[in-house]
Amino acid sequence: MESILKGRQNQVLTKGTDSHELSCDKSSLAGSVSQRACVFCGSRVVLYPIADALHLVHGPIGCAAYTWDIRGALSSGPQIHRLSFSTDIKEQQVVFGGEKTLKKALLELISAYNPKAAFVYSTCIVDLIGDDVESVCKDVTNISGVEVITVQAPGFAGTKKDGYKVACDSLMKLVGSKGTNETIPNSINIIGDFNLAGELYLLRDYYEKMGIHIMATITGDGRVDDIRQSHKAALNIVQCSGSMSNLAMQMEEKYQIPNMRVSYFGIEDMSDALYSVARFFDSKEMMDKAIELVGSEVRDLLPKLEFYKKALAGKKAAIYVGGAFKAISLIKALRMIGVKTVVVGSQTGNKEDYLTMKNLSDEGTILVDDTNPLELTQLVKKTNTDILIGGVKERPIAYKLGLGFCDHNHERKLALAGYKGMLNFAKEIYATAMSPVFQFTKNK
Amino acid sequence: MEKTIDIKEKAFTSTRNACKVCTPLGASIVFKGIEGCVPLIHGSQGCATYIRRYLISHYKEPVDIASTNFSEETAIFGGEKNLFIAIENVTKQYNPKIIGIATTCLSEVIGDDMRKIIHKYKTEHDTNIPELVFVNTPSFMGTHINGFHDTVTSIVAAFASNTENRESINIFPGFLSPADLQHLKEILTDVAIDAIMVPDYSDILDNEYTGEYEKLPKGGTTIKELKQTACAKASLEFGYILNKSNPQTQSAAEYLKTAFDIPRVNLNIPIGIKATDALFDALEKITNNKTPEKYTKQRGKLIDAYVDGHKYVFGKKAVVYGEEDFVVAMISFLEEIGIETVLCASGGNSGLLKEVIQEKVQPKSDINIHDNFDFEEIATVCKELKPDIIIGNSKGYYIARELGIPLARVGFPIHDRLGGSRIKHIGYEGTQALFDLIANTLIQQMQDHSPVGYKYM
Repeated sequence: MESILKGRQNQVLTKGTDSHELSCDKSSLAGSVSQRACVFCGSRVVLYPIADALHLVHGPIGCAAYTWDIRGALSSGPQIHRLSFSTDIKEQQVVFGGEKTLKKALLELISAYNPKAAFVYSTCIVDLIGDDVESVCKDVTNISGVEVITVQAPGFAGTKKDGYKVACDSLMKLVGSKGTNETIPNSINIIGDFNLAGELYLLRDYYEKMGIHIMATITGDGRVDDIRQSHKAALNIVQCSGSMSNLAMQMEEKYQIPNMRVSYFGIEDMSDALYSVARFFDSKEMMDKAIELVGSEVRDLLPKLEFYKKALAGKKAAIYVGGAFKAISLIKALRMIGVKTVVVGSQTGNKEDYLTMKNLSDEGTILVDDTNPLELTQLVKKTNTDILIGGVKERPIAYKLGLGFCDHNHERKLALAGYKGMLNFAKEIYATAMSPVFQFTKNK
Repeated sequence: MEKTIDIKEKAFTSTRNACKVCTPLGASIVFKGIEGCVPLIHGSQGCATYIRRYLISHYKEPVDIASTNFSEETAIFGGEKNLFIAIENVTKQYNPKIIGIATTCLSEVIGDDMRKIIHKYKTEHDTNIPELVFVNTPSFMGTHINGFHDTVTSIVAAFASNTENRESINIFPGFLSPADLQHLKEILTDVAIDAIMVPDYSDILDNEYTGEYEKLPKGGTTIKELKQTACAKASLEFGYILNKSNPQTQSAAEYLKTAFDIPRVNLNIPIGIKATDALFDALEKITNNKTPEKYTKQRGKLIDAYVDGHKYVFGKKAVVYGEEDFVVAMISFLEEIGIETVLCASGGNSGLLKEVIQEKVQPKSDINIHDNFDFEEIATVCKELKPDIIIGNSKGYYIARELGIPLARVGFPIHDRLGGSRIKHIGYEGTQALFDLIANTLIQQMQDHSPVGYKYM
């Protein structure tokens, strides 16, 4: 295809036609309009939902301004995370260094907002101007008594995915810093759910009904003290594996906490997420409760889905999202409502993810890693896609082509996880696929 | 009651909820307003992606911006290699007429010499390459509005060359909505003047449905027009502050005055009757033609609407925020309808805001004027001064919500509503829309809080 840049050919493949393995984990090509952001973005995304921590971006104003209240990660309590703090450094600091500014900013903010911990995001130029952020953070920790953690996140130091790793390293500084090493029986940490539109509240409810104790919800409705004690959990369940499996691995290494990859999207994956936890704890009681819960939810849900399935039968969808785990679940969830996936891709998937995706896909489905608007346009046209599923940056692609669009990104207001989420998802797909406005977009 | 609040020293060193964004964003908007231009941001991938996301959320249009995608190696050895690859890839994918390159804090700190690098690219490649223009937009100097005006100047300076005698004028409208630019073009057509507008994203950032994802959406100032900016009768420029926060920079009209001796007419952004009158006066002088009846009629209707609504707005207190030139224009409009601005705030920091307001607007009462302000500071002042209405972009919504004060959404960005690109602010027509918006917002607030919920005003 003309729009696939040289150097990207192996990042696109058609199942059943192409024999090459999908190339991934590469940095984006210069000049490509990648839909990815940077290392800073990756770290900010993961740590953002820790609601009682102060998040201070050390750098010029852009990085903080563009991430102000950008995600729908809800907090049931404190809301400090929704404020955007920046050292807003100027020419003067670029020339003479920004350490003094950083220290003063931190001390003032800590005293005004009284956070449980503070994260300082070190952006592109901070190292270059010679700031020793680590030592300022230590200094402020000593003065204020509030732990200040450096997040080494210069945008250029890798990809968005490397930013996830940076965030995990920062989190590890908190994990295990409170309480004994005693493991709490039947307890879990929920990692990698961001509590978008309150999805975590649904999950919490499911697990608690099964008699499971939740130690910490690290990346959604997060709290510093919970994270400090999260090493006491018996099991880590990890969604959004792209961003968070590194944390689970580090916790396994340091605290011997086993982990399990799950997804909460779609009936199958959601039910698996409950059953596998019961299986892990080897508890009949838990399993019985899980079966009961799944049974009652599914009995309620399936008849409601029928309507959508009939209406949507034969529709074709393209998926392009940040994390691969989400793409994988979406293929299954779409299938459940009669929609076929013809293009599927992600910003940050790895080899294993893409293999799973490929196995799950029908012949002829196109897989793509780190695509760009022109390439994606060609892919959806070629496959006669009806609906595109993606985020803000994909939305205009769909709309300009007269396709339906489902927002499955961080700013959505509709819970799409769990059983209720599955119904919302079906409604959302229906609302965009069947809207009468598209009568005007078809060629006359 | 003591109305003015004396804020001598900032309580916080940090910026809390910024009322501004960074310079390359302004550059990107200008580049989008040039025909066949693809913006390319020379820095980390995030800069381009964040800016795209921010702009897409406002304009609801595709905003393709390429990135040179710095790696650690680039940060150490310089961005030349990446810039070369990026230019090649953008050329291949988009086949643009121009690539508009904006620098970032990163490329500026490592000291990439853009002039040199671009020159090298041009000498190493054949002539069949897109035009390459660049602007220095380190985000640690100024705000998005500096990036905007600096880019207009850069792009004009890069092309202005044609010195044959022509009867056209240049118009540098500044950072207005696509609907405003559209209206301005309509005015210029109606007064029968051949005008070159830089930038012109009236269609590109408010496009019609075509069924295609346009690589290079139609519209925008052409290269030919940019060349002809050097031979105009006059340059009309809106805004008093422009990019003057940096004394070394010139506005495009200033540049053309210096380089080609083109008369510069500097006006307020035409919001309100007085400022719009000034625009039509200027156009009359340039064309020697009377203002068309269409506009005298619009003016008359606007006065009629002012009279109909005067009681609902007079004496009301407003908090206004946004870019410096925007708030200057906005409060001059509010002054003429009797709304008292109790706080005029901007994230811009030219150091000129107070002076310009005193001199150009001459407000009837004392106004708290604060540049270098952020939303948390605006919130603090709002709590104290309890305005009746907040007028500004959508980012102040959280303050409005917390305090139960209505927000009239104007300017940029509008991230929580449809139609950001369709908001009209300028001319008699735009003022009419603003007047209705503000009056109706106040009327609705009264109605919503009335114990009886009346059916007539």
